[in-house]
Amino acid sequence: MLLLECPYCGAKCEETELSPGGEAHIKRYGPGSSDQDFEAYLFMRENPKGVHFERWRHVYGCGKWFHAARCTQSLEVFGTYAAQTFEPPQEIKDKISAKRPGWSWRDFS
Amino acid sequence: MMQKGQSKMSNIQTAMNGARATGYVDVSEAPATGMITLRGDLADAGVQKAVKSVMGAGVPATLAVTDADVGQILWMSPDELMIVCAYDQADQVVADLIAALGETHSMVVNVSDARAVFDLNGSATFEIIAKLAPIDMKSMQAGTVRRTRFAQIPAAFWMTSNDSARIICFRSVAEYMFNQLRNSAQAGFEVGDW
Repeated sequence: MLLLECPYCGAKCEETELSPGGEAHIKRYGPGSSDQDFEAYLFMRENPKGVHFERWRHVYGCGKWFHAARCTQSLEVFGTYAAQTFEPPQEIKDKISAKRPGWSWRDFS
Repeated sequence: MMQKGQSKMSNIQTAMNGARATGYVDVSEAPATGMITLRGDLADAGVQKAVKSVMGAGVPATLAVTDADVGQILWMSPDELMIVCAYDQADQVVADLIAALGETHSMVVNVSDARAVFDLNGSATFEIIAKLAPIDMKSMQAGTVRRTRFAQIPAAFWMTSNDSARIICFRSVAEYMFNQLRNSAQAGFEVGDW
């Protein structure tokens, strides 16, 4: 069972109250972009054993999208943060570094 | 005796006709209740001022219920409030809110007839909700509200006291809600956590 704290409600939500939204921080490439960028945007996803960033929606609650940083191996949750950001806040990165020194994920570390 | 201007067509019917069930917690459908959805940025000064002037109480804190002059205000999300009041008052409150909000980006709608309302009464009220919703009921207390799911349907509930709760769901699933509450509250089905 996965428990995530909704950054808008402050409520601890059980997984079935939420809707998964796939990988976080994907940059959209639309019309005019190269075939490679468009393909990467559509299909190329991380599949890490360890630190991962995801999008979730508090679908049965406030209805807001948010981000979660967690470990796919231990199911440990490092933290959740607002959706309105292009990269994880420093506070979240610091929390991950404290527990998984030397971690990296796409361009973040 | 019908009064002038009234027809049988306008008699208000709640979804479950006031159904009741008595188990180790009492389950009952509430009489027709006024419910108003207000959408707008709750951090916006214009929204806060309008709510205060019409309701006599300010925007509630996150996940809180506030008692107001004309009913109660429930926090639903950072941009949504639910106002619960007497059924007959709802249209007037909507009109007052729309007038008070003026040009502020917002929306106020009377949703009374789109919802069903149920009351739980009894010392094991927390247990009935814990059976059906994925909520840590130890984190709930009188005056807190949560939107969640009850088994397979979305619903909101708040604790009206330490041994009673009020639940709101869509009218179309009122029977499902009543049946699951009644079944969970059957005598002999006690878990004994509360």
